Amino acid sequence: MNIIVLVKQVPDTSEVKINRETNTLIRDGVPSIINPFDMFAIEEALRLREKHGGKVTALTMGPPQAAEALKEAVSLGVDDVVLLSDRAFAGADTWATSYALSMGIRKIGQYDLVIAGKQAIDGDTAQVGPETADMLGIPFIAYIRKIEKVENDTMVVERMMDEGYDVVETSLPCLITVVKEINQPRVPSLKGKMKAKSLKVTAWSAKDVNADENKLGLKGSPTQVVRIFPPAPRGGREMLSGSVADQVAAVAKKLKEQSLI
Amino acid sequence: MDYLLTEEQLMIRDLARQIAVEKIVPVRAELDEHNKFPTDIMKAMAQADLMGLYIPEEYGGMGRGTLDFYIAIEEISKACLGVSTTYAANALGTYPILLFGSDEQKKKYLPDIAAGKKLVAFGLTEANAGSDASGIQTTAKLEGNEYVVNGTKQWITNGGEADIYTIIAITDKSRGPRGASAFVVEKGTPGFTFGKKENKMGIRSSSTTELIFNNCRIPKENLIAKQGMGFIVAMKTLDSSRAGVGSQGVGVAQGAIDECIKFAKGRVQFGQPVTSFQAVQHMLADMQTMTEAARSLVYNAARMIDSGAKDFSRASAMAKLFATDTAMKVTTDAVQVMGGSGYMKEYPVEKMMRDAKILQIYEGTNQIQRTVIGLDMVKEATRQK
Repeated sequence: MNIIVLVKQVPDTSEVKINRETNTLIRDGVPSIINPFDMFAIEEALRLREKHGGKVTALTMGPPQAAEALKEAVSLGVDDVVLLSDRAFAGADTWATSYALSMGIRKIGQYDLVIAGKQAIDGDTAQVGPETADMLGIPFIAYIRKIEKVENDTMVVERMMDEGYDVVETSLPCLITVVKEINQPRVPSLKGKMKAKSLKVTAWSAKDVNADENKLGLKGSPTQVVRIFPPAPRGGREMLSGSVADQVAAVAKKLKEQSLI
Repeated sequence: MDYLLTEEQLMIRDLARQIAVEKIVPVRAELDEHNKFPTDIMKAMAQADLMGLYIPEEYGGMGRGTLDFYIAIEEISKACLGVSTTYAANALGTYPILLFGSDEQKKKYLPDIAAGKKLVAFGLTEANAGSDASGIQTTAKLEGNEYVVNGTKQWITNGGEADIYTIIAITDKSRGPRGASAFVVEKGTPGFTFGKKENKMGIRSSSTTELIFNNCRIPKENLIAKQGMGFIVAMKTLDSSRAGVGSQGVGVAQGAIDECIKFAKGRVQFGQPVTSFQAVQHMLADMQTMTEAARSLVYNAARMIDSGAKDFSRASAMAKLFATDTAMKVTTDAVQVMGGSGYMKEYPVEKMMRDAKILQIYEGTNQIQRTVIGLDMVKEATRQK
């Protein structure tokens, strides 16, 4: 079973600052990590490989330093990595990113499954997974919390819903995005870390993946960010303290006072 | 501080630290409270290649040296001595095979140990044989192609959880110290059972049980080295692991310092953080200085072993002695610096203090270590005369 994992390098903080002029994230001086949701995608890919054999390839698009995220993927046990890095990719929104990734996947060639995290913690759009699947013309299922079984060319998964879950059967190849409930990511192995240390990551350019330059980067991005602002504080909050029983009693009292129960 | 570690050693340190922070710290209080064996943590350490760190590559290990192994023990000990005891005792049980086993024995056991598929325990201590190992009463009698083992081992770390046990039993009582032999006994062998799990003051996540042998028949091939070499196997095993107990001491001491300074910085009394008082600063300074001195002794002993030195008994005894006395003192002071909070189970230092005590007792009490050091000094002085 050949699996491609989509990985994004993100700033290691939930409080990124925003450049007011360009409306983009300020990444300088902030340490980078693999998007936490992608860690679940990597873990699930490794578990599937352990069960069914095959190969796991991690794919990312980013500046040259994104190679570090791929090296971390190797330290966890990923077999192969692909970095899409080219000035032509710069300034891409989710649509142009998905196009670049889909062209990277086509170039990698034979695959049975593509896994990504449900969203990245910097942009939080959750769009790249579905868009990439659409461009590849393969089925897409979001919010997977469990892979029940893989048989021949089909797979049965559990999709997390607000209440309960759906059991979905799909043909392969397909693309899924996973939620944190799916597994507990492993720590790297020593052999993996040693392999990662000596690994030289070569970058694929737009030309390497036969991409149409007009569909890439800023040029290929239909999204325009008009304004970014922090939402106004909601106000009127009250923090309760004390034992759970006391807190529950306090909440019940308040709800009764307001005739809500 | 720069400890002149290699790039690989730093990698091992970071990896063990990551396991400590992500997998051990969140569960250590629960494991301690409920006497729960750290099965999942051992699996995570196996997946990270840490179980076979010191085992040669030809037997599926990482082929790293003693210092590399001690660095891993130190990091795990910072988070939980119960877990690190489980991890270190696995090596203690493996050493007899590693140091004295035949090629067949190594091929049979080491790859599974290195992969973490099988856990190991070392069985020397008995009710009447603690510091005085010559009091061993467990016997092994050769009958045809089998040894018949009878007797009871006491306080065996990883008892019940391990799959492989290396034990010392008397094969010829009349020969005194030369009448003991070392054996491998596998879990599930008829006649081999376990006593109750001990309820301990500290290192409560580690398993400690009796090993009970009742006409337990093991194949002749399970003899390690030659008949009569049991004490040599035991002593060399303890020599090799002793300074590792020192690295446990360094780890728990550093863990306690890190916890208490974090707390003390935020604890305000008389209108200022308690770390602004010299009384507290001086305590912290002494704690860290002692811990650094202990670390130096441990790293030095490990480097001696790795350099191929033949006689490192004194160096490893000193490392064990000083580092574990330091661990007791530093963890006790960490509770003191934190005051009432340090005494409460909401914070980890009370557990560290309870855990630290065993380090002064097991793998040769610190009184025995002083005897080893003293005798070695006298021997050297006699030689020089």
